[in-house]
Amino acid sequence: MENVLEIRNLKKSFDGNGVLDGISLSVREGEVIVVVGPSGCGKSTLLRCVNGLEQPDGGEILLDGKPISAGNLVEVRRQIGMVFQSYDLFPHMDVLENLSLGPVKALKRPKAQVEEEARQALRRVGLEDKLHALPRQLSGGQKQRVALVRAMMMHPRMLLLDEITAALDPEMVREVLNVVLDLARDGMTMLIVTHEMRFAEAVADRVLFLENGNIVEEGKPADFFHHPTTERARQFLDTFEFTSVKKP
Amino acid sequence: MRDLAVLFKGNNLQRLLGGLGVTLELSLVSVALSVALGLLAGVLMTLKNPVIRAAMRLWLETVRIVPQLVLLFLVYFGMAKAFNLQLSGEAAAVIVFTFWGAGEMGDLVRGAITSIPVHQRESSAALGLTRGQTWRYVLLPQAARRLIPQAINLATRMIKTTSLVMLIGVVEVLKVGSQIIDAARYDAPQGAVWVYGAVFFLYFFACWPISLAAGWLEKRWA
Repeated sequence: MENVLEIRNLKKSFDGNGVLDGISLSVREGEVIVVVGPSGCGKSTLLRCVNGLEQPDGGEILLDGKPISAGNLVEVRRQIGMVFQSYDLFPHMDVLENLSLGPVKALKRPKAQVEEEARQALRRVGLEDKLHALPRQLSGGQKQRVALVRAMMMHPRMLLLDEITAALDPEMVREVLNVVLDLARDGMTMLIVTHEMRFAEAVADRVLFLENGNIVEEGKPADFFHHPTTERARQFLDTFEFTSVKKP
Repeated sequence: MRDLAVLFKGNNLQRLLGGLGVTLELSLVSVALSVALGLLAGVLMTLKNPVIRAAMRLWLETVRIVPQLVLLFLVYFGMAKAFNLQLSGEAAAVIVFTFWGAGEMGDLVRGAITSIPVHQRESSAALGLTRGQTWRYVLLPQAARRLIPQAINLATRMIKTTSLVMLIGVVEVLKVGSQIIDAARYDAPQGAVWVYGAVFFLYFFACWPISLAAGWLEKRWA
């Protein structure tokens, strides 16, 4: 299968601190790649470089074989959907306006058609009654579901999800991740940064373990989560485990 | 109570309303100029250029620290002394209130723009909107919502502060009031209470609707 995204030797540093130290990565069509790693390892920076929110210092990024540059950035962003950790809906617009803004203004699609599509998309994520709600009237989980729909309304080639459940109450994490699982089932190409290890295992085709700006380990989720080959990955995964402190 | 009659004697009431007209006219011109220049100043204040930054800072601190009355004297008497430039009281007032209002307005605009979280700009960019579209549909509407209630408060403060211009010879509502009181000093020794009371209500009814509008907008856009 063809590569939707190809990253070659990507480098990025902030004020002399290397954050990405030559990352190379290919994402095939329909593939879901989950990036895990300790905070500050460069996961978010990797995603932000892909749609140009950060300017890489070296290397190149190709979308469908075409290099991403300052000149085609707006065009590239129309083809790559991104959802952030912070609730990033536009607070002065209702849900329908949030969903329509990109398709109508950036893609110049007819408004009536876009709004009909928005209605159907909201129904699929169980929010059909929130069409005219303002973001502040929604729960965190509802906001992130709307943000996912908003990204999908652009009919993107791929999605970038940057810790989209990290700011949510635990009981709302599930409803958001279910939407992502549905997208994976439909064959959406995704590059996901998350701290939800069980979710990562369920959704990923491949897992990347990033540390200090390098890919330390890469593998299928079953291998990575149960038989990590590097010591660092083992230590990292252990931080998510607890053993009982009570004597039997 | 007897001295209440002074308000209605001759054309006193019309004169007071005429004075209010002068107050409102000065305020309106100054506020309008302040908004226009303040929008421009606010955008300049968000720039990183150190020279522009320092100049804007100096301006803002000046209008905050120096009392408006001192600025009025400086422009009205100072210009006449130093450059032999005899401004009318009204012109001096408009210059000073615009200098003050535009500086304060600029700071409000700067605050409204910079208080919008950076991820609003980023998520708009991530949707493939151009810079212009991001400003038009995402940033400016949010900035305006933050700005308008504060801008209205500034406008009411400016209306009230125009009472200082009587000290450079402009006959506005407060000056008319004291003229009426002086003229009736012997007929109505208690007239001051009633005249200044009337002035109080005139200011109140000029500023109150504006405050109401600010409150309404704040609630609507909270």
